[in-house]
Amino acid sequence: MDVRFKVGADAISLDETGLKFDINDFDAWAVEAALQLREKNAGSEVTAISLGPDVVQETIRKALSMGADRGVQLKADKVPFDGLAIATALAAELKTGGYDLILFGKMSPDSSNGVVGPMTAELLALPCVTAISSLAIEGGKGTAKRELEGAQEIVEFQLPAVLTVDEGLNTARYPSLKGIMAAKKKPLDVKPAQLPTPQVTVRKLELPPERKAGRIIGEGATAVPELIRLLQSEAKVL
Amino acid sequence: MATDFYDIDSALSEEERAVRDTIRAFVDEEVLPIIGDCYIEGRFPKELVPKMAELGMFGANLPEEYGCAGLNNVSYGLIMQELERGDSGVRSFASVQGALVMYPIFAFGSEEQKRHYLPKMASGEIIGCFGLTEPDYGSNPSGMITRAREQKDGSWVLNGAKMWITNGSTAQVAIVWAKTGDEKSDKSIRGFVVPTDAPGFSAKDQKGKLSLRASDTSELVLQDVKVPATALLPKSGGIKSPLMCLTQARYGIAWGAMGAAMACYEEALAYAGNRVMFGRPIGGFQLQQQRLADMLTELVKGQLLALHVGRLKDAGTFLPQQVSLAKRNNVSVATDIAREARRLLGANGILAEYASMRHMANLESVYTYEGTHDIHTLILGQAVTGLSAFEN
Repeated sequence: MDVRFKVGADAISLDETGLKFDINDFDAWAVEAALQLREKNAGSEVTAISLGPDVVQETIRKALSMGADRGVQLKADKVPFDGLAIATALAAELKTGGYDLILFGKMSPDSSNGVVGPMTAELLALPCVTAISSLAIEGGKGTAKRELEGAQEIVEFQLPAVLTVDEGLNTARYPSLKGIMAAKKKPLDVKPAQLPTPQVTVRKLELPPERKAGRIIGEGATAVPELIRLLQSEAKVL
Repeated sequence: MATDFYDIDSALSEEERAVRDTIRAFVDEEVLPIIGDCYIEGRFPKELVPKMAELGMFGANLPEEYGCAGLNNVSYGLIMQELERGDSGVRSFASVQGALVMYPIFAFGSEEQKRHYLPKMASGEIIGCFGLTEPDYGSNPSGMITRAREQKDGSWVLNGAKMWITNGSTAQVAIVWAKTGDEKSDKSIRGFVVPTDAPGFSAKDQKGKLSLRASDTSELVLQDVKVPATALLPKSGGIKSPLMCLTQARYGIAWGAMGAAMACYEEALAYAGNRVMFGRPIGGFQLQQQRLADMLTELVKGQLLALHVGRLKDAGTFLPQQVSLAKRNNVSVATDIAREARRLLGANGILAEYASMRHMANLESVYTYEGTHDIHTLILGQAVTGLSAFEN
């Protein structure tokens, strides 16, 4: 059944009853970018990491179905709103290195903060390029394009680096049916997320006020004079 | 989705939902934008085949060792559901390739035949068709006239004509069923893997269809077609063999029909909410609400039927007559749902821009093929009474 968003009883979170979670587009493009790089670089490996309750395992397995080699769940009862707390837990997992690139979606559409990628880079003291729409890696260096308003920026960076992915980088593949079967056999490690106490919390969550129903004045050309009259006298926009 | 009124999703495994979501995305992005035009043009969208193969849709419930996806039967059913949500012709293509060509090679073929054909058919490199029905032998395939005569060197020569063959003009190989001995007995019926470029083999597109227009339907003629001994499916024997294939395909149709019904119901529901007449959405009128309630009720029942027969198939306990019941019911109700959706859409419902009339016309073929509705009635009658109304 179609589910409309509802604010939960606590008034600070969504009521998740009946909601289905899926990998967001930005993250799917990040996974796709990683898979394309692996296909060009024999011997490389893609690991998909997600922080959250067990429901994120399905999201991780989607990345595994697309072709990622292994998954890591940083287990937490809830995903905090505080991007720094999430970045701290991710950095704790990633501090031992062993990677050339860490790819993020440019933001989660749930919170639209867009800070976890850059903050993780900061904590790991790695170069960071945000909202990239093209990417090339060669000889330990990378080049990426960022779309600015009415302009483009081409940036170069050293590896290892943190990138966040914007629209236009690629089209994410569908998990193939064989990929879905293979994903069941791939390793998915579950570890407790080392989350610090969040310093930013949501105090209140409200849905926008309901819009009033529209009014149909009439149909066709005969309705135009009445429409103009109402736009002038009632809506006062003419 | 508005069509999952009973939260049937919760009865599916994560893997089954993932399979369904992949095919759903494929149909939304690749099939729906082009299928209306294909239907008008009377053309099967061949360009979809490589993508369908890449995703693993062909013979998806056959084992991985032959290059197939190795899915369970519920996942396979969900693939058929989603494909037919696009169009019955697209689903028919996959049904024939998987259930009517790959399945008999898997079930009746030699190990060499399996290793040779199945991976190439899974990858779409080889397309197949299934030649059982003849111009004068539809519901009564046992009466077929097509003959295969064994030659002294062990090769075979085939003569006969087959009709209503999906993929007939597209295929590189045809599974041809022919009598190898006594003309009166169906016990000598055996299957052959016949290359469609063999001398004497011809396929002719059947023109003038008002249904399944986005599907290749052809007539096959075999005139002294010589095939080697290795073309025979060694484990095939009697009319039972092709009927086993049909059970596989009918199982997929029970799911597929619900896909078409989902598309029609969703279209009708959305239209009822948007179309304003007498100053309010027509969905607010009791007559349209009754239409929607009836459509939804049959949709949910059919979905549950398909899922349960799938669970029985996965458990290995399903019976052909249970598949007959599901095919008979689900295609029949889907046809009704499509017609009611078309009517709810008013004059717009006759346009190819909307899907309901296309599905309605397609489902008339689905109602008639793979065992007509009437024949499934008699199969059920025979199953419950022990008395056959159609066998002498």
